[in-house]
Amino acid sequence: MEKIVLPDIKDLHKIEVYKANDGYTAINKALSQSPDDLIEQVKKSGLRGRGGAAFLAGLKWSFMPKTNDKPKYLCVNGDESEPGSFKDRQIFELNPHQLIEGTLITCYAIGAKTAYVYIRGEYHKWIKLFQDALDDAYEAGFVGEKMKETFNTDFACEIYIHKGAGAYICGEETSLMNSIEGQRGYPRVKPPFPAQNGLWGCPTTINNVETIANVPKIINKGWEWFSKIGEPKHPGTILFGISGHVNNPGVYELPSGTLLTDIIYKYAGGIPGDKKILCVIPGGSSMPPLRGDGIEGVKMDAESLKAAGSSIGTGGIIVMDEDTDLVKVLARIAKFYYHESCGQCTPCREGTSWLVRLLDRIGQGNGSSHDLDMLIDVASNIEGNTICALGEAAAWPVRFMVSRFRDYFEKRVKKEIVLPVKNKVHSMRDTAFPLDSP
Amino acid sequence: MEFKFTPGNQAKINDTLKKYPTKKAAVMSVLFLGQEQNGWISKEVMKEIASVLEITEEEVFGVVTFYTMFYEKPMGKNHLQVCTNVSCMLRGGYEIFIQVKEKLGIDNMEVTEDKNFSLEEVECMGSCGTAPMIAVNEDYYENLNADKVNEIIESLRQKN
Repeated sequence: MEKIVLPDIKDLHKIEVYKANDGYTAINKALSQSPDDLIEQVKKSGLRGRGGAAFLAGLKWSFMPKTNDKPKYLCVNGDESEPGSFKDRQIFELNPHQLIEGTLITCYAIGAKTAYVYIRGEYHKWIKLFQDALDDAYEAGFVGEKMKETFNTDFACEIYIHKGAGAYICGEETSLMNSIEGQRGYPRVKPPFPAQNGLWGCPTTINNVETIANVPKIINKGWEWFSKIGEPKHPGTILFGISGHVNNPGVYELPSGTLLTDIIYKYAGGIPGDKKILCVIPGGSSMPPLRGDGIEGVKMDAESLKAAGSSIGTGGIIVMDEDTDLVKVLARIAKFYYHESCGQCTPCREGTSWLVRLLDRIGQGNGSSHDLDMLIDVASNIEGNTICALGEAAAWPVRFMVSRFRDYFEKRVKKEIVLPVKNKVHSMRDTAFPLDSP
Repeated sequence: MEFKFTPGNQAKINDTLKKYPTKKAAVMSVLFLGQEQNGWISKEVMKEIASVLEITEEEVFGVVTFYTMFYEKPMGKNHLQVCTNVSCMLRGGYEIFIQVKEKLGIDNMEVTEDKNFSLEEVECMGSCGTAPMIAVNEDYYENLNADKVNEIIESLRQKN
């Protein structure tokens, strides 16, 4: 299977190696076509956003106005803060030039002359790696004013890195824009949508790093080629990051629609100690968790996962084996969203704190069945009642974990389950897990 | 104590300002520079940044308190950030957090008496596939176990 975003080519992060592998030819090809043609190609390719919502990228681009009375902007979202998601850093490290080239093509297609690549602040190392690649691309005349000469065109585009400072919510597109503008990262009410009223009130498109990194190959090899990879309704490859209780955690680029069980057993080497799987979160911690006994035949693409009762999210798969303390896990997830709630909307600000308190009570052994109902009730009152999707992100894991594992939670509140060690999460270090293996 | 940016940092600020149509947009970059120069974000640093970027002190303060990477008090020379979020937790993140806490004798967001170490329990750092992890200042240490954590702390102690 051919890899699109992270091909196995040694030193691909170096500009000369990228160039030797057809690098910066797609932008040349793109510049000879009209922006509308490009948008049409990406639309037909079926490329869907890799940041969580799986929205059609070409369709998103087509929302940008055709008039030029205001500057237009592209934001490339590399905030990557979803627990369980660690794919964008691989792109910054291993294939940064494809991301740069994709950014240039996207800017040309939507008429933007400035792109901001938003990278989370903790990624010091990857910001530096990407900045080095960007400096090389500027030096080689592929970015900035020099583009005009290099590609014999009148289009030029600047790419800047904007460093985040530790806020999960800034991965939300409108919050990301406020953050770039130098404000607190509060999400904005939509409408108006970013394509009408984005950065500094100007038309703006926000795409995930992985989405943009796919673009050069689509232009070079054609939309038909791309649309035939993986599942037709969600074509292409996806960077699946798998973590938790598996033997070989890591990022695997596989066609969409790959079986979840294949990713766990074939690629990630199965579960240490051949234990059973209790729970799997398929798309990063905010997506509805699935029962381990129900993952047979579940395919990893937006439509299949929706049918299975979850969502593709960022493709970050978290696996929990049969000895996991789900109450502790859920309490930790709830604590995360409580910590990251920006505080604008009352249901989210207050609700997330109640979820934490209820789950802590259950964890301490003082919970009741009524508390389980209350968890679902509180979660359901956050969901849909907030400006941004953090409300859903906080509510879904709670609502679905409690309802899908009701038997487990009931036994816990009735103290029928005795944990190996009281109130301690079963961690890998207590098993014979090979932590020192490469 | 008055705070002024060094000429080197002033030049960096001028470069940053070229990236954005407004001065305000540079506030996060400039705060990082201020933190680097001063060690932490003091009131004087915020005041200076407000004047450099021609925004109010309140606007700067609002940004500082929103983001977790700006510190309003001095942290240790080696700021240890231990992730305890789900993926790390499943692989021993909390055990490492407790180990570091006991070894250094400090709690979350505290600094050792010699100012050499501080500890912070952080949210997901994007090391889920290489969990558990600690970040020391800007550097990630991944695939950890108890021995490796001891090694890291000892080697940092010797460097001092």
